[in-house]
Amino acid sequence: MSITINIEHAKKAYGKNVVIEDLSAQIKPGEFFTLLGPSGCGKTTLLRMIAGFNTIEGGTIAFDDKVINNLPPHKRNIGMVFQNYAVFPHMSTRENIAFGLKERKVKDPELTNRVDEVLEKVQIRELADRMPSNMSGGQQQRIALARAMVINPDVLLFDEPLSNLDAKLRVEMRSVIRHIQQQAGITTIYVTHDQEEALAISDRIAVMHKGEIQQIDEPVKIYRKPRNLFVATFMGQTNILDVDVNGQDISISGTDVNYHFERIRKDHQITKGKLVVRPNDFTFEDAGIEGVVTERIFFGTITTYTVKTNIGDLVVTRDVNEHMKSIGETVHLAIPVEVVNVFDADGKNMSIMEDAG
Amino acid sequence: MKRRKYTRDHVAWNLLTVVSFASFAFFFLFPLFRLIVGAIWTGNGFNLEPFKRFFATKYYMQAVANSFKVSTVTTLIAICTGTTFAMIMRYFKIKGKKVVDILLLVSTITPPFLGGYSWILLFGRVGWVTTWLKNTFGIIFPGIYGFWGIVFTFVCHSTMTMYMYISGALKNVDATLNEAAASLGCFGIRRIIKIIIPLILPTVLSTALLTFMHCFADYGTCALIGEGYNVMGTLIYTAFLGEVSRDATLASAMASITLIFTSCLFMVQRWLASRRVVEMNALHPIEQKKPKGIVAILSHFYIYLMTTLAVCPIFVVAYNSFQKASGFLFLPGYSLDSYRTAIKRLGDAIQRTYAYGLIAIVLIVVIAVIISYANVRHSSSITKTADTLTMFPLVVPGTVLGIAMVLAFNGAPFYLNGTAALVISVWVIRRLPYTIRSTTGVLHNISISVEEASQSLGANPFRTFIRVTFPMLFSGVLPGALLSFIASITELSSSLMVYNFKTVTMSIKIYTEICKGNFGVASAMSTILLLSAVVVLGVLFKVSKGNYEFTL
Repeated sequence: MSITINIEHAKKAYGKNVVIEDLSAQIKPGEFFTLLGPSGCGKTTLLRMIAGFNTIEGGTIAFDDKVINNLPPHKRNIGMVFQNYAVFPHMSTRENIAFGLKERKVKDPELTNRVDEVLEKVQIRELADRMPSNMSGGQQQRIALARAMVINPDVLLFDEPLSNLDAKLRVEMRSVIRHIQQQAGITTIYVTHDQEEALAISDRIAVMHKGEIQQIDEPVKIYRKPRNLFVATFMGQTNILDVDVNGQDISISGTDVNYHFERIRKDHQITKGKLVVRPNDFTFEDAGIEGVVTERIFFGTITTYTVKTNIGDLVVTRDVNEHMKSIGETVHLAIPVEVVNVFDADGKNMSIMEDAG
Repeated sequence: MKRRKYTRDHVAWNLLTVVSFASFAFFFLFPLFRLIVGAIWTGNGFNLEPFKRFFATKYYMQAVANSFKVSTVTTLIAICTGTTFAMIMRYFKIKGKKVVDILLLVSTITPPFLGGYSWILLFGRVGWVTTWLKNTFGIIFPGIYGFWGIVFTFVCHSTMTMYMYISGALKNVDATLNEAAASLGCFGIRRIIKIIIPLILPTVLSTALLTFMHCFADYGTCALIGEGYNVMGTLIYTAFLGEVSRDATLASAMASITLIFTSCLFMVQRWLASRRVVEMNALHPIEQKKPKGIVAILSHFYIYLMTTLAVCPIFVVAYNSFQKASGFLFLPGYSLDSYRTAIKRLGDAIQRTYAYGLIAIVLIVVIAVIISYANVRHSSSITKTADTLTMFPLVVPGTVLGIAMVLAFNGAPFYLNGTAALVISVWVIRRLPYTIRSTTGVLHNISISVEEASQSLGANPFRTFIRVTFPMLFSGVLPGALLSFIASITELSSSLMVYNFKTVTMSIKIYTEICKGNFGVASAMSTILLLSAVVVLGVLFKVSKGNYEFTL
């Protein structure tokens, strides 16, 4: 029932300005697929190519086997949810939701039944006959979601739908979206620049940078096994340490700290690399990188320290239940080698990827 | 996000623009072109004789100087009075603000020549106030004629136009800007000069230019109240239609000179506007304060005085219409005789005026929606040209446009003279710029994703336009359209040039009655005209819920 989206060698250019050079990806039936990246990385451009609002300058985009390159948006059977909700202000909630059905010549009583059903699903039944003008962002986005769902689209497209909402509502809405998508099993593409949101909501994530997909993987892999330095740094805060590499032995430059790293192949020729350590990967031990705590920020569940070492300032976060270090205290930071990644000078992850979990 | 280009609807909208623009060009650019060519080309050679005669004759040059004087003085005064008015209304809580606002809106629908007429009724040689002064105090007031009379009338009228537009701009000044300035140590008068004035300057300049144009070539007011104080408008009119000294070549020469001058001003204004683009959108409009002490007294006095001056003509005219009258003398006692005569003499002019107005407004809305939609959503060099050139009528004086029309369509191959088509197209052209501006403004506020949402739900571009864009646009365009309707049915300067006995409209009838000295009948006719305008205004208030903003 659900469809596959095949993107093959897609190219987007505005005149001479090439935004996407050559992009391929396959989105599986019923999958919740997220395009994640900083602003200007081409994620919205790609989404709008799939929606039909941007032309495609090369390659093909196909829904199952049907190439849709030249199909106008209104014939693609898509449901799209926009950042600014795009609720029709001159129509009531019910009329907004019925809009697409009327375009498809759906008649009563089916029309009313389907609208009622989806109103129930997104929990806005009480708003059915109100005009959108005085509704909150969250309510308007629920209308937009219902409006996109009710037409049983082949593909659901979300263009940063939650970025205009406040933090609490964002979390609430994202579980609404996830829940409804899973129920309906519609192939979904979701655009966001918020990595936490992407991790929480997706089946698979494509991290984009400068018009190219850097990595497509499940959320855990994206976080734990970033293919390159860009993905590693984009997915949350990181400490990047220069390391000297010798086979499977790495030593942190500027210190006498060494680790044996079994996840690197033995037969490489690289001598210099970068070790990426997330703040919560560091542990306070008796030995390790020596430094002095210069700053401590208490966040409730975690505490963040800035530790001044002779290789620069390092950021460390620890659980609140752990014994707190005080400012001026000398500490030693240890690195659990099984969870960190080493990158070569080009930013490629040298760790063996297959064992990720 | 850039729109994709050269899609089918892109081409379609550009084609529609070409068609609309072509009809606009035919009724506007072509006549103006003919006017200028006709002034310098006799058919077998250049003829600059009328120009030479014009520039060499002291009588004409005096009129030019007079026009400049009137326009400059009026504009300068109106900038001060209008800006002050707008600032007081925006920053202070004024008692009876609602009533003032409604009265002002009503006042803007009064054609200036009616203002002039009613000031004559009050301050003219036999006016009430003049007579009263003479009888009570023995003061002989010479009457409100000549230069200051004209300036006074124009200022009363323009102050309100100024206020409407500037108030719209002030509404967009965010309160936080003011607070930011204050926190940096800039407040009071300095803050107004350094922050507020620069922000509203583009609007002030555009409105000032409009005021200048209106005064520069106005005919009706100057003819009524000027009494021999010659200005360009009256000169052109007499040269073209006058009973003595009729000289069409001279008239078109003068019209061309006026046209060239106003066009230059237009370009200067556009250049100024393009240099200072201030994008504003207030999230926190400035809160109104309650004025205290002397400030309160002065502000209230000023607001009430200017409002009274603005609406006075309407009440004078309305009151007069119920008085017994004989010629230009009003007799004691009241009667409806004036109305009987008025209705008899107006005849089908009433229906005709409304019919023309309705046709004009439908055309205006259609053309404005096409041109602005195409330019906002499917921008190309074609749509940009159309958008710019359709602004041009703003600065073409009614008299000039009227003459150009007559010269262009009089005779072969068009024979349009004295037809309804000519009157209607004059109205359409004069009001089109305003409606295009307001439509463009409304369109910029409609997010493109609303249209995309509609398309993603399966509505093709045409259905999207019908079901989504147009309904959203309509509520924004309607207020402007209604105002244009009022302005059209009260239009005088150019209608006066292009009408004939078959296409007489109400404002022309009123003007003729005033000239004949039938003040009672003229007042009755004016009241009928204004009453219908007020009804339209009522509709306007209803549809816009009092939130109508004037933008330029």
